[in-house]
Amino acid sequence: MDGILTQARQQLAAAETLADLDQLRVHYIGKKGVFTERMKELGKLPPEKRKEAGQAINVSRDSFQSALDERKLWLEERVLEMRLAGEAIDVTLPGRGQGGGGLHPVTLTLRRICKLFGNVGFEVVEGPEIEDDYHNFEALNIPASHPARAMHDTFYFDEHTLLRTHTSPVQVRVMESRDAPLRIIAPGRVYRCDSDLTHTPMFHQVEGFLVDETVSFADLKGILYEFLRLFFEKDIQVRFRPSYFPFTEPSAEVDIECVICGGGGCRVCKQSGWLEVMGCGMIHPMVFAQVAIDPERWSGFAFGLGVERMAMLRYGINDLRLFFENDLRFLHQFR
Amino acid sequence: MRFSEAWLREFINPPLSTDQLVGQLTMAGLEVDGIEAVAGQFSGVVIGEVLAVSPHPQADRLRVCKVSAGVTEPLTIVCGAPNVEIGMKAPLALEGGVLPDGTKISKSSLRGVESFGMLCSAKELGMEDSQDGLMALPFDAPVGVDLREYLQLNDVAIEIDLTPNRADCLSVEGIAREVALLNGIDRNPPTFRATEASCEDTFPVTVDAPADCPRYLGRLIKNLDRNAATPLWMRERLRRSGLRSLGPLVDVTNYVLLELGQPLHAFDAAKLDGGIRVRHGQPGEKLLLLNGQEITLTEDVLVIADEKRPLALAGVMGGDGSSVDDTTTEIFLECAFFTPATIMGKARRYGLSTDSSHRFERGVDPQLQHRAMERASQLLLEIAGGLAGPITETLSETHLPSRHPILLRESRVEKMLGLAIPRNLLTGLLTRLGLEVEELADGWRTTPPGFRFDLAIEADLIEEIGRVYGYENIPKRNPASRMELQAVSEAVLDIERVKDLLVDRGYQEAITYSFVEPGMLAKIEPDLEPIALRNPISSDLAVMRTGLWCGLLDAALKNINRQQTRVRLFEAGLRFTRAEGKIIQEKSLAGLALGSGQDEQWGEKTRPVDFFDMKSDLEAILRLAGHENRVIFSSNKHPALHPGQSAELLLDGQHLGWLGMLHPKLEKALGFETRVFLFEMDQHRLLNRNIPAFKPLSKFPQVRRDIAIIADTQVSAFALRQCVEKLSPLIRQVLIFDVYLGTGIENGKKSVALGLVLQDDDETLTDAKIDGVMAVVLARLAEEFNATLRV
Repeated sequence: MDGILTQARQQLAAAETLADLDQLRVHYIGKKGVFTERMKELGKLPPEKRKEAGQAINVSRDSFQSALDERKLWLEERVLEMRLAGEAIDVTLPGRGQGGGGLHPVTLTLRRICKLFGNVGFEVVEGPEIEDDYHNFEALNIPASHPARAMHDTFYFDEHTLLRTHTSPVQVRVMESRDAPLRIIAPGRVYRCDSDLTHTPMFHQVEGFLVDETVSFADLKGILYEFLRLFFEKDIQVRFRPSYFPFTEPSAEVDIECVICGGGGCRVCKQSGWLEVMGCGMIHPMVFAQVAIDPERWSGFAFGLGVERMAMLRYGINDLRLFFENDLRFLHQFR
Repeated sequence: MRFSEAWLREFINPPLSTDQLVGQLTMAGLEVDGIEAVAGQFSGVVIGEVLAVSPHPQADRLRVCKVSAGVTEPLTIVCGAPNVEIGMKAPLALEGGVLPDGTKISKSSLRGVESFGMLCSAKELGMEDSQDGLMALPFDAPVGVDLREYLQLNDVAIEIDLTPNRADCLSVEGIAREVALLNGIDRNPPTFRATEASCEDTFPVTVDAPADCPRYLGRLIKNLDRNAATPLWMRERLRRSGLRSLGPLVDVTNYVLLELGQPLHAFDAAKLDGGIRVRHGQPGEKLLLLNGQEITLTEDVLVIADEKRPLALAGVMGGDGSSVDDTTTEIFLECAFFTPATIMGKARRYGLSTDSSHRFERGVDPQLQHRAMERASQLLLEIAGGLAGPITETLSETHLPSRHPILLRESRVEKMLGLAIPRNLLTGLLTRLGLEVEELADGWRTTPPGFRFDLAIEADLIEEIGRVYGYENIPKRNPASRMELQAVSEAVLDIERVKDLLVDRGYQEAITYSFVEPGMLAKIEPDLEPIALRNPISSDLAVMRTGLWCGLLDAALKNINRQQTRVRLFEAGLRFTRAEGKIIQEKSLAGLALGSGQDEQWGEKTRPVDFFDMKSDLEAILRLAGHENRVIFSSNKHPALHPGQSAELLLDGQHLGWLGMLHPKLEKALGFETRVFLFEMDQHRLLNRNIPAFKPLSKFPQVRRDIAIIADTQVSAFALRQCVEKLSPLIRQVLIFDVYLGTGIENGKKSVALGLVLQDDDETLTDAKIDGVMAVVLARLAEEFNATLRV
């Protein structure tokens, strides 16, 4: 018996696969296995020897079984180890699939502006880009031949139809069709017949205005001051400088401390330390008169800003023309 | 408006440095655009007198001069300037002096002759751009005096970018007035005496258009010295204001324009034919202007004419035929007030912009003409002698702009500015502005001065108060907010969400010009007539886009030229078309893809992007809007797309957009060497969606049955699906999970594998019931498409 067990153990130890192991299992303890056959042969022994012999077979078989189990466990672990080793990958390889694109920096900037104003209840409204003379000029207190028209190099289709030169006509359109109070932000494309290093014939503006019963210039200063500091996420200096727009009075240009040089003077701010970023003012009574809003009861402010300029200052872009060249090397930098 | 600081300080000299003065002007709304030194930085340059000139022994072009610098013995100076002559006074840079270009003057030998300094031109001193020989100084210039001191060269030219409302500041006097106001100090107005008439000669003037020219002053001045020259001080002031000296007659009128803001015009009296007539142009009449441009007049244009012909475009520019020149000895001097509305836009119409029109169209003080005429006369007689006739005035008082009183309410000031300013402060401020002020119980009755055309209503005065009080002194306040909820429509999908989806699927947002090249557009959308700009900026940006593909294709081409091999772009924006004469502006969304379907990557075979890649992007968008089951991709043809790979998107049967491969002919014509896929959709239709409506869930299990059928290749997958879907309410979903053509399938046929998901809301489906449905499906497919079950 011991001889058989010794041989079986040697065979188990030599088994390299689970299949080899199974063959050994069948060979020794299968239905016709060595131990099984021995068990069957017990009947041929005299009865007094049967018990002893039976116990001996049982012990050997159990011993075989446990050696088999042990070997099986070991082999299974080996198999797992081999699988793990075989399945090991270079985790530093890049992932597969569709890469992401990006949004245009103008869109990123517009979203940011609209969100800042949207959070305090300004509603986003858009208007047509092909406008009529009335909404772009007349209703904004810029009659024909007004010298202020020289400030707008206008694209015309015919005498009365043009590409809007600013987003201010949206102000008129909203006030024509809705009653005060109003809190509106109007982003969009605008056009001027001008093209050089610092001008493109198309660019983006955001017009904003608020009409209510107690709106004053102090409110305008307050909201734009906060807006600019929140937009740039920086405690920057802001100044309001008297200016002139036919559709606001009083009017102001808003300057911020140059974000490039911090106010010390550089090429971008023409050594002044200040950058002009917005125009604004109190809505002119003539504009209210055009849209039949009672200027005695209501007052309002309006402002306009150049989106590309804000994007340039925010992201440090140094060439306006890049915005419309759609060079992927440029666009890919914005997410 | 450009002026010399020293000139301004002659009229008003506040205790401010140049920087402070400039800052003050800017913050008062007179934006200073630039400050420029009136001369280069130099030192050691004095007034020299040329005592002797002799030829240089070694060089023809050089002269050896003896020049007095006042104190010491005359110096030997070698000079190359052609205009050097005995008796001349010119800038002399002494040994040790430094010129603007950094040149240090030292004793040096020029072709063997020792030179102890340098005689200078205006260019060498950084005062002029052109080289014009030595700078000739007046004969009475004191020899040896430092040139910077003598010419007041420690001065700057200040350039102010004036807003159109501030015509009153288009003169040194106007700016002085403003500085006086801002600093609360008095100014010294230019003083001069009226010129007594020294002859009786006048020239007849008739004003036919008194509404356009309410005041017209004329004066004849004769016996002028044709050899007179403009004095250096005047030339310098003109130069520092950006004007060239053009002889004393013109210089004087320019000087008065700068000093007082009143444009004047001098006609050569010898060239006039009969009396002056201020009238409207006659249609077709021609006028040759001073700048050589011939213009054709219209009836709404005001001209100054004589009996025979138009002489000048009133308030804009003189004519060539009546202008003064070197031989002029007798002039007719015009000093008029033209109504701004008459002049507005006229210069621009003829492509002109003159100092005169700039002022008249913004408004010249209608009370200024007498003073300006006297100032010009005095200067002219001083410089060129002559006899002046009496001033003739043609006046139509009723047509002069009238100044209506403006009521200003104290409460309104506070409401608009958000700040209560003490009443006495306001009264003082209004008075300093030059207004006549009468105090009322609740405010003021004011009358603005003639030079402030911009003050007409209460708001104008409030602006002035804010401006002079200082915007920086107005507090910042948060607007009182109304808590009002706003409508948020769930039935409209936000385009920004769609943009985000495209970005997540590898597209880059582009923004292209709304105007495109007409030739390219005609190739892409030949059936739509674009709206053309009347004044395009260039011929390749001449018409409005009728769709967004043109811009995207152009951007893609440019990127290919920059070595990009894979381009995925999208754009959202307006497209412009015309329908029944009306302009239609519709929001559109378009995309373009070329190159590999995915970025080149390990472990995946790189394959070019195809129709179905882009279709899946579109399906993803349609799912966002809940349109996936309402949109049909119909195999329709578009002129820009491959006829076999194009689909019109129909939403509930209505046009939504296009998807397809760029037509190979266009691919080649535009210069692509790769396939390009395009889509475009109407934003309005895309984004309007249905609000989800719940349907109860079935409690019973669903069953899937797959079949493969053989059908003609022309039978579309969509048609098969649509047919099967409708056959039984138990069919809940029809999938197409395989399409096969090739070995084992007859030519012209294809195998399509359909997966049917069946479910009942009321009971568990039995095999018998399912078999029944499948039998109906097969029968119907056979009937409609001649399709057979693949075995």
